[in-house]
Amino acid sequence: MMLTSTASVDLVNISMPNAAIVAILGYAVVFFGLILLMCVVMAMGKIFIAKDKKAAEKAAAAKNGIDAVPVAPHTKGEIVLPERQPAPGTAGQLKLYDTDPKTAAMIMAIVANKMGKPLNELRFISIKEVK
Amino acid sequence: MINIGEVLLNLWNTSGFAALSSGFFTAGGWQNLVMIIIACFLLYLGIVKKFEPLLMVGIAFGCLLTNLPMGGLYHQELWTAFMDHNSEFYHSYGAIMREGGLLDILYIGVKTSIYPCLIFMGVGAMTDFGPLLSNPKSLLLGAAAQMGVFVAFFGAVAMNALNDLLGMTIGFTGPEAASIGIIGGADGPTAIFLTSKLAPHLLGAIAVAAYSYMALIPLIQPPIMNAMTTPEQRKIKMVQTRNVSKTEKIIFPIVVTIFVALLLPDTAPLIGCLMLGNLAKESGVTDRLSDTMQNALMNIVTIMLSTSVGATMVGSSFLTVQTLSIVVLGVVAFGISTAGGLLGGLIMCKATGGKVNPLIGSAGVSAVPMAARVANTVGQKNNPSNFLLMHAMGPNVAGVIGSALAAGFLLSVFG
Repeated sequence: MMLTSTASVDLVNISMPNAAIVAILGYAVVFFGLILLMCVVMAMGKIFIAKDKKAAEKAAAAKNGIDAVPVAPHTKGEIVLPERQPAPGTAGQLKLYDTDPKTAAMIMAIVANKMGKPLNELRFISIKEVK
Repeated sequence: MINIGEVLLNLWNTSGFAALSSGFFTAGGWQNLVMIIIACFLLYLGIVKKFEPLLMVGIAFGCLLTNLPMGGLYHQELWTAFMDHNSEFYHSYGAIMREGGLLDILYIGVKTSIYPCLIFMGVGAMTDFGPLLSNPKSLLLGAAAQMGVFVAFFGAVAMNALNDLLGMTIGFTGPEAASIGIIGGADGPTAIFLTSKLAPHLLGAIAVAAYSYMALIPLIQPPIMNAMTTPEQRKIKMVQTRNVSKTEKIIFPIVVTIFVALLLPDTAPLIGCLMLGNLAKESGVTDRLSDTMQNALMNIVTIMLSTSVGATMVGSSFLTVQTLSIVVLGVVAFGISTAGGLLGGLIMCKATGGKVNPLIGSAGVSAVPMAARVANTVGQKNNPSNFLLMHAMGPNVAGVIGSALAAGFLLSVFG
């Protein structure tokens, strides 16, 4: 007997063939639902990636525009500031992802302590919270 | 002058000790005694062995309270009348409020599915869907890992055929089989939600089985993972996925709620609450609500849910061959779900030319975040520099949505 209508089939004392149909159909419905959801999430992701790309291009274009601005010649007596250089002994910039500076400082201190090395001999590139 | 002897005699007669000494054990009370021993064993598992203690302790204590004579905290006969179409108390919450004990009143939250939904709200507020959003294909693993739900459902129905062949008396109706099958989803609130609607008389056994197996994930899953994958596959390192923007994380719960509620309206209470909790977390403007959902609300509901579910473990209805069958079918469901997820992982591994570690498929059985941790641990045993946790979290949270979908489907068929 095919499971054509739940009203016409005894689902309380369900037969094995009907149970097999329900099981296969159920598994298929779960797959179908999650595949559709996957498509939606993928489409959402593509839109956001494209948006981020556009924003990055815009930022790059703006930066190029600034770089392209001709610098006026220095007049006599004007103080010319040197180009912003990192301070001597610096290890560069530390990138923080979902981490506040206080926690980052604590983590760096712990790592230095565990390694038995002074903090100024270590270089931290980035700290990211693993959720 | 007051008769002290009479007062003491009355006190004795109304005590549980008197009930124990006056034919309690011959009138089926031995079952309650066995249940008290089981409750103590569950307390041991929860407190000493730390098997899902937040729930196990409450369930065990509820079981202890309900089986003590003369307590009057839970009345199974009231709930039997509540479910009986011919009874004058059919679906009468008034009768429960009027005549019920403390645990009867708390149980209303289970009966109306309020507790599982509120638990899902807390789970949503604690879940980061970022790994899923950065790798949407992990939703497929969440779907694959629901295999055990449907295999166990079919297995429970097939037991009826065995009855005819072997002359046994174990059998399950369609709704009962569906409730047993959902144990394979490894999702306690979903199992309670579905069982309270389809087979409330099996609630205690199914809840205990579901939470026990969730606690035993580190023991159940690794042998299956090792049997189904090669050491080379387990060593596969996965590349870091992309960063997900905050806007994406905010839009996701709204999209999922609309989509899933339209697809399977029976799932709307569970998914709706899960996504409401997540939206409160991700929106960043409702931090107080998110904090309450994650902590205070979750803890309060856990106390009431676990104790009232434990109260349904009354000796006369729990100590049956049916319960034993549920325990066996539950572990089968769990094992097959793990195997289903791993199979999905293996297919994905082949399809991507070895870029996906198949172990992450086992995390598709929901049970957040335990299953993901197990995938990470097994991966690190084979390659200590392999960090699979973030990759396994994708299928793990997909499993929550998958098991809710499976429950919604079974509810739409049998509800």
